[in-house]
Amino acid sequence: MNIVDLTALSPYLTLAVTSVVVMLVIAFYRDHNCTVFLTLAGFAIAAGSMVFASCVLPREVTPLLIIDRYAFFYLGLILLAGSGVSALSYSYLEKHQGHREEFYLLVLLATLGCAVLAAATHFASFFLGIELLSVSLYGLVAYLRHSTRSVEAGVKYLILAAVSSAFILFGMALLYAETGCMGFNEMAARASGTEVHSLPFLAGIGLIIIGVGFKLAVVPFHLWTPDVYEGAPAPVTALIATMSKGAVFALVLRYFLKVNIHHYTPIGVIITIVAVTSMFTGNLLALLQTNVKRILAYSSISHLGYVLVTVLASGPMASAAAAFYLTAYFITTLGAFGVVTVLSDGQRDADSMEDYRGLIWKQPWVAGVFSAMLFSLAGIPLTAGFVGKFYVVAAGVGSELWLVVVVLTINSIIGLYYYLRIVVAMFSDAGDDVRRKTVISRSGSIVLATLTLLLVLIGVYPSSLIELIKATAQRLI
Amino acid sequence: MILAWLIIIPLVGGLAAWVLDRKDGGAARWISLAALALDAIVVIFFWSRPSVQLDLTRGAWLAELNRPWIPQLGIDLHLAIDGLSLVFVALTLFLGIISVICSWTEIRCRVGFFHLNLLWILAGILGVFLALDLFLFYFFWELMLVPMYFLINIWGHEHRVYASLKFFIFTQAGGLLMLLSILALYFVHGTGTGIYTFDYSLLISTKMSAHASFWIMLGFLMAFIVKLPVVPFHPWLPDAHTEAPTAGSVILAGLLLKTGAYGLLRFVQPLFPDAASSIAPIMMILATVGIIYGAVLAFGQSDLKRLIAYTSVSHMGFVLLGVFANSTTSLSGAIMQIVAHGVSTGALFILVGMIQERIHTREMDRMGGFWSDAPRLSALGLVFALASLGLPGFGNFVAEFMILLGSYRAQIPITIVAAGGLVLAAIYSLWIVQRVFHGERAQYLRIMDTTMRETIMLAAMIVVIFWFGVFPRPLLTISEPVLKGMTMTTFHEHPLQSTGGGE
Repeated sequence: MNIVDLTALSPYLTLAVTSVVVMLVIAFYRDHNCTVFLTLAGFAIAAGSMVFASCVLPREVTPLLIIDRYAFFYLGLILLAGSGVSALSYSYLEKHQGHREEFYLLVLLATLGCAVLAAATHFASFFLGIELLSVSLYGLVAYLRHSTRSVEAGVKYLILAAVSSAFILFGMALLYAETGCMGFNEMAARASGTEVHSLPFLAGIGLIIIGVGFKLAVVPFHLWTPDVYEGAPAPVTALIATMSKGAVFALVLRYFLKVNIHHYTPIGVIITIVAVTSMFTGNLLALLQTNVKRILAYSSISHLGYVLVTVLASGPMASAAAAFYLTAYFITTLGAFGVVTVLSDGQRDADSMEDYRGLIWKQPWVAGVFSAMLFSLAGIPLTAGFVGKFYVVAAGVGSELWLVVVVLTINSIIGLYYYLRIVVAMFSDAGDDVRRKTVISRSGSIVLATLTLLLVLIGVYPSSLIELIKATAQRLI
Repeated sequence: MILAWLIIIPLVGGLAAWVLDRKDGGAARWISLAALALDAIVVIFFWSRPSVQLDLTRGAWLAELNRPWIPQLGIDLHLAIDGLSLVFVALTLFLGIISVICSWTEIRCRVGFFHLNLLWILAGILGVFLALDLFLFYFFWELMLVPMYFLINIWGHEHRVYASLKFFIFTQAGGLLMLLSILALYFVHGTGTGIYTFDYSLLISTKMSAHASFWIMLGFLMAFIVKLPVVPFHPWLPDAHTEAPTAGSVILAGLLLKTGAYGLLRFVQPLFPDAASSIAPIMMILATVGIIYGAVLAFGQSDLKRLIAYTSVSHMGFVLLGVFANSTTSLSGAIMQIVAHGVSTGALFILVGMIQERIHTREMDRMGGFWSDAPRLSALGLVFALASLGLPGFGNFVAEFMILLGSYRAQIPITIVAAGGLVLAAIYSLWIVQRVFHGERAQYLRIMDTTMRETIMLAAMIVVIFWFGVFPRPLLTISEPVLKGMTMTTFHEHPLQSTGGGE
């Protein structure tokens, strides 16, 4: 490994070093402010080092990681989400008792895991990334130890994530037995040969799809989502919904583009079924919910269904659409859970519909942000979600995937209903205000303001983001 | 650039009204009024230019703005105005000003936010009438829904939550089908020519198979006939109109429905001439069903506002009939109907709003005998009821006459049935007058007569509708060259043959 390799790896090294530093500092000097500052500084340095590292792209560092523009694009998103989650957690944890500092250590490790996934080009790095992410999440989901719901969610997540890791591992073993290689590139080369239709090969891919399906929370592997979303602390929910899904999806997309999924009809059919059922299940079940976190959980299931359309679509538009949609989804989901976070207090998260009734007249600012986020999830103009949905539908229509596109359209209409229900609650009359006004922390306000600004900016002027995405996509194909 | 300003002024005005609003709401009202007046002045100034006058007679584009927006996807910020758009823009600004004035005393809470929504709806509608890029068109099409949703949801009447949701979901569903069609057209054009663009002027020459053309047309058609609305897709309308605040009803009836008509004229007919003429007989039948159905249901209502909402269904049936009868006469009639219905129904909604403000009910059972207490109000009511039934001398008469004249040449039986709608219109209009203004006096205290503000506002509307009734030529000459060009591209053959069916 030479200096160029190290330069390319610098964002990763920064994240790793920051987590070690944070751990050591906690051991000697336990202070919430100091830890947050170190964490955010780590994210900032990692983001800054991307500028230097981008000079040496693309570069394969060891057989495990390929650092290219594609990886960097998702790395940027992951760092954005990581720093957003950390900043939101600050005021959230201030309201809670107990040790707060280790939280950031886990967030940093989860971020590192996601970052590895975005650049993985080998089964070993794939599995390392997944495990780094999952193990950190076990701790994060159950972080509020005094809350039974949090612990319950943590156990649930632990068991299911462990099972899904086992599936992935077994799938890898089968593929290795069949092809004799573990790198994605060699795998793709072998896969274009004749032995691809052998049963173990397909079974291996099937098992990996199941494992990845758990991480992405697509139907029928979604059962953990609502419970974990509801039980986990709000900023952790934001992390699961954005970073962990986004990184796994980035990997899936890269993997499928390499292997060129369209040549295997059975897998195409499986993904179509998964996408269609995810959209319907997510949206229809969201209609029945009264808990805002559960609504957002089901909504995220359906949104993953929308993004899967881009996996099915071919051509350069598909991966660009996926990247754009995920960017919009990251910003929107982070913003939505950010609102839940800033409104939560020490006793419970602000997840019942009652918490939002008449919010616009009590806290117009926060309610405005939440409305913007919900409109973006629903795909209404002036928001990033609108352009994102447009892009995904365009990619689908371009590949003549009429079934999924029509299903997507129907689901957008169903989705509107429950997004609007929250908006309606916020705009309805508060009546006599029994609930005291939650004080919104400054850090929370800054994060929400930034996200809203990004949301509108991308919604109104998406062309610079598309330009960036196109540059990353071209390298890949 | 003038076209961009037309949209920017209400957007900025709305924000200013919201930010600068104080407790009494006076600032918000005056700012909104000023913004719309400024917009109207810009339009009048533009209109009076000699070069514009010349272009109007030729049916050419009067002004154009074309800037790249998302060049990677072939999306431009392409706005343009011709005679057809000009009529719609003028109507939008007129009714926009009226709707600010008519909410002057009705809206008392959250005045600033109300005017933000009002002006943003108008900006969205103006955008729809000016956009020549299909993505931009869809953008504005969706943009106007959200503030309208808030308008109904926050300032509406008893069942506002249900009504606003229904409105949003119906129109959004139509819009998404249109999105699919827009994208399909984009790819058909792109694969055929290698140029991927959403530009109307390029897409209009797209070559496609009859099969593809039919399906793509259907997506556009769905969006527009939900908005118009055409009968099986109308259930959102009575609820939305009834529950909306007065200004919301005026904008819904006067402008939002018209975006559907505009879409049919601007997109369905020119982009898919053959597919449109193949579906014309069905559309004309649906139009006639709408005319009769709306009128019959109107007669059955006890809620005055709901009654007027149903008359809109009936009147919009005439617009649809005119559009698909496909002759210059019927198309001009449809334009006339759009303007006349916008003004007369808008005025009727304002009258209901005034009555509701005074006696706090819309139930006709609890009205009656207003004439003795409020002669001005009642006389104004009578005038608009007569206009609505299509009495000669009002714009509505000219419009319906031209539509029937035009469609008679295409489909005789349908036209005969549709003409029956006029009789029903007379029945329900006189029924309103009889029950509300005449008859036994209800047990209310004296009802207050119109104030100066209300009188002037309604008088202005009477002048407009009366002017078009006796002197329709100026309005028709503005849009006629465009419509002529349209029928020329639409009809390769004689109009009698192209609409088929009736022969």
